[in-house]
Amino acid sequence: MTRLLTSREAQLGVAILVMIALIAVRFPAFVAPANLANVFNDTSALIILALAQMAVILTKCIDLSIAATLALCGMVAAMMNVAGVPLAAIIPLVILLGAGLGAVNGLLVWKLDIPPIVVTLGTMTIYRGVIFLISGGKWINDQQMSAAFKSFPRADFLFLPVLSWTAILVVVVFAVLIGRTPLGRSFFAVGGNPHAAVYTGINVGRTQFLAFVISGALAGLTGYLWVARYAVAYVDIAGGFELDVVAACVIGGISIAGGAGSVGGAVLGALFLGVIKNALPVIGISPFWQMAISGTAIILAIAVNASQGRTKGRVILKSAEHVA
Amino acid sequence: MQAPSIPPETPVLRLSGIAKSFPGVRALSGVSLELHAGEVTALVGENGAGKSTMVKILTGIYQPDSGTIAVDGVETRFPTASAAAEAGVTAIHQETVLFDELTVAENIFLGHAPRTRFGLIDRAAMLREARALLARIGAELDPAIRLRDLGIANKHLVAIARALSIDARVVIMDEPTAALSYKEIEELYDLVARLKAEGKAILFISHKFDEIFRIADRWTVFRDGELVGAGHMRDVTEGQLVQMMVGRPVDQIFPKRQHSLGAPVLTVAGYSHATEFEDINFTLHRGEILGFYGLVGAGRSEFMQALFGITRPSKGACRVGDRVVVIRSTAEAIAQGIVYVPEDRGRQGAVKGLPIYQNVTLPSLRRTSRHGFLRLAQEFALAREYTERLDLRAASLDQDVGLLSGGNQQKVVIAKWLAMKPRVIILDEPTKGIDIGSKAAVHEFMAELAAQGLAVIMVSSEIPEVLGMSDRVIVMREGRMVAEFAKDRMTPERLVRAAAGLADTTGAAA
Amino acid sequence: MSLSDTPHARHIPDRLASPLSRALKRWEVLLFLVAAAIFVINSFASPYFLDPWSLSDATYNFTEKAMIGFAMALLIIAGEIDLSVASIMALTSTAMGFAVTLGAGTPELVAIGIVVGLACGAFNGMLVAGMGLPSIVVTIGTMSLFRGISYIVLGDKAYNGYPASFAYFGQGYVWWVFSFELALFAVAALVFGVLLHRTNFGRAIYVIGNNPVAALFSGIRVARVKFILFLLTGVMSGIASICLTSRLGSTRPSIALGTELEAVTMVVLGGVNILGGSGTIPGVVLAALVMGLVTFGFGLLNVPGIVMSIFIGLLLIGVIALPRLWARARRRR
Repeated sequence: MTRLLTSREAQLGVAILVMIALIAVRFPAFVAPANLANVFNDTSALIILALAQMAVILTKCIDLSIAATLALCGMVAAMMNVAGVPLAAIIPLVILLGAGLGAVNGLLVWKLDIPPIVVTLGTMTIYRGVIFLISGGKWINDQQMSAAFKSFPRADFLFLPVLSWTAILVVVVFAVLIGRTPLGRSFFAVGGNPHAAVYTGINVGRTQFLAFVISGALAGLTGYLWVARYAVAYVDIAGGFELDVVAACVIGGISIAGGAGSVGGAVLGALFLGVIKNALPVIGISPFWQMAISGTAIILAIAVNASQGRTKGRVILKSAEHVA
Repeated sequence: MQAPSIPPETPVLRLSGIAKSFPGVRALSGVSLELHAGEVTALVGENGAGKSTMVKILTGIYQPDSGTIAVDGVETRFPTASAAAEAGVTAIHQETVLFDELTVAENIFLGHAPRTRFGLIDRAAMLREARALLARIGAELDPAIRLRDLGIANKHLVAIARALSIDARVVIMDEPTAALSYKEIEELYDLVARLKAEGKAILFISHKFDEIFRIADRWTVFRDGELVGAGHMRDVTEGQLVQMMVGRPVDQIFPKRQHSLGAPVLTVAGYSHATEFEDINFTLHRGEILGFYGLVGAGRSEFMQALFGITRPSKGACRVGDRVVVIRSTAEAIAQGIVYVPEDRGRQGAVKGLPIYQNVTLPSLRRTSRHGFLRLAQEFALAREYTERLDLRAASLDQDVGLLSGGNQQKVVIAKWLAMKPRVIILDEPTKGIDIGSKAAVHEFMAELAAQGLAVIMVSSEIPEVLGMSDRVIVMREGRMVAEFAKDRMTPERLVRAAAGLADTTGAAA
Repeated sequence: MSLSDTPHARHIPDRLASPLSRALKRWEVLLFLVAAAIFVINSFASPYFLDPWSLSDATYNFTEKAMIGFAMALLIIAGEIDLSVASIMALTSTAMGFAVTLGAGTPELVAIGIVVGLACGAFNGMLVAGMGLPSIVVTIGTMSLFRGISYIVLGDKAYNGYPASFAYFGQGYVWWVFSFELALFAVAALVFGVLLHRTNFGRAIYVIGNNPVAALFSGIRVARVKFILFLLTGVMSGIASICLTSRLGSTRPSIALGTELEAVTMVVLGGVNILGGSGTIPGVVLAALVMGLVTFGFGLLNVPGIVMSIFIGLLLIGVIALPRLWARARRRR
């Protein structure tokens, strides 16, 4: 019970609720169900990518190319739409493309043993550059996209748009993947103790590769959703979004050193940022404040993580056992 | 390679003609090893003899360059760790290799958990089976708690439960008692007996002869990557095994020393720490070797690290010479002439990746440099002086310390501190895990240092070493000093009883 | 089994390989050849390339980034990283722009640039070295925070109106075609090279990068060294910001966006191990030249900037991947 209350998820959940309550005192409209649903919908992309990033971070890697992958897949989706490819084909194709881009990251990490931060720093600029090459630097805008392409993520279904339902579906799938499948458990093993993972018959590189593929596939899916929702595709969409994604993970208590974290934490970390982002205009603060606020949130989150995780040294003295 | 004849009894696992090389190093050349069901085979050899490489080949981590592996007489290969596990070979390692963030049950079943109809992990079944396995080895652990909440001995039990869970036929134990306390070691021996009774073939790697003679049925000795011999324990003596290991007769004689104490150098009064140790008092003299004996986890290293400024005491005073000093950092301890050779050589001692000479001059840079600028000639001269005094074996002073054997790494770390011309040197388990040849060299050198007037503190868990080297010994238990013996009053029995908290029946506490 | 067991190797030589053979195996030699090749290719590709003035212009492609790169190299060798450098530049530039509106002159602006850089570095250093937090996430946080403050101050506006004399730092020439920035780059390379390779402080950086625990157990004040390295990185970011602001003559909150990636790329390309423990300043200097020459060459060929960034990305991965592929191919044979 005490563990439950001191857990990162509980603290974060309470923090979000307190934040919403404080806003509601002055601006009751913020807690109207329709608005909260809107906040959730607006945070859906961040939730999906935070989970994708979590899989990678759990295995002691990091995917800085996640937003570039999103943008490239989004552009390809838009171009396929312009070329007349049906939506039913576009969605699986961009997921596949995203998985392929993730596989490139994963292979470089797995087969050539290049540090993930270097690999994804490189592919991040490469993938953005490729968008420029295939699009010629031009925008694909509202008018060029078909109605079906644009309306799918916005379509309402059981009180929520498809975009929100996609996020919920990804959360459920992840909860099962992380908690109940051998692959999910091996993410923790690989990140927590790579040396030992080898001895338990887990292929560390292959597991990291799969995490990158999952991350890429979800970024691909989100690429379509993003482009369709905002009805525009160009080189710089979701620029810098990878930082928001990492921030959501860090705030959600996912250890950057790998091997520790939870699905609930990642989701709450994303919601925390999403609520702040949506609350700022409501309480009359310029959106220019958002960047500094999320930066501060990241720093506070790491400081809190560290103070909780700090090893207090060995307890050897009998007399000290009750204190510690 | 052809099998010359059918042996009377087919071993569970037989490796023959195994060779393995790494760039520049021949780790194994044509060695053989047989493991039999229901028997414990001790694998003995100095550090660098090729034991670890053998374990890695057995568990599918490394592939041999040549040679054959046969399970029940059928030739096979272990291309991956999983393949070895499927063949029933499992290892319990020196450092416990498990996962802190996973539960006990998940650690036991990682990679082969029971599944539900949908292919998902069946948690209920996993917990049930884990509980049954833990009961089988007599461990009272909740399989649902996370591993990080367990102590090292319990982690070992989880590792053993894991070995049982994959229905291992061959269990490799790589120095399993190195980090365990006396009582935990006894429990481990019981467990080995139980595994034997279940018909497992056990490979037991150890440096401790008493335990080899106690639990092993067969022996195999490696030296320099070659097989020296193998046979039944009943046909061999300790002396013969040692001789095979080192290739020359070795008598465990410690250097003779003139016992003459000088002036007090270091006085510690009432040193205490919130959780680690309490009320430590002693005076150390010039030319003295003061032993600190106790079980692993008695707080000896923790106290030494406080004395060296890594952690800070909550109470207590420290006098160096005539002056009361407060040590708040390692730099301040070094400035007072107190230096510390840590137990964890790889992590805290040697800076692998940097050359030998830079390791040696590290704390002495102030002396070899001018106005903060390096002077390489001075560095090489200093490094040469001390490494040659310690009889270091290395290709050049520019060689990466990480490429040296454990014993030679230890010499580099000791050389580093001697170059500082310290007043007090603290050696924490100075010969742990190093080969017998280097061991004797370190002992001889300690005696020489004391003779030159240095004050030496030696933390050791090896009773022969404590008895052979110390002028005086302090025994610690649960963070406190529980006994102190002068040279003429030290006996193995007294040390063990004091460390274990048993009443001294010999009536000799000092 | 190993060399160390050779009986009675009493005398230990200082070094085995001759200085020449060691030098030839170095990463820097490869980089130098790459730089030379690009130089030759460029001079064939465009007749304008060998013009001293256009070459001089080309140096602006790397001078500011390299100034940060030198400090970043030290930080990465010590096992840390600072991803907030571009944001420090933005915040510094914003502070200078704000000071201009209050009527500050050039000396004040320079002082402000250095002090703000120092303060940002101190903040990072306090969090990483003081509190023991992981630098990669800390500086992702301060990356948002520092630039975020610029956005709060500036929003979608810009600061202009820098005094005329301020233009010297980014646009002035010391002698003939040699710009002030190029001179500053050379001085910084020299200072950081000496600091890293010739001083006790530099040795401490390598020790910490290879084994921070053993460094602590050897009496090195690890936290203090790391703190100083963050300070240095902050100051160099401030100085780079002075140059960039002076060159552009205006400040927007998006100034220097993405510079941290280019600085890290330069450092890694220069042969610094991203995991810490090894690397040299001459390597970073050569990497700066390679990146500058490539950017300049592409510019002459009218290749857009974003395509150059593909090349930089490929270069970053390629320089690490190729030696590994090569080693693997050789092992197979």
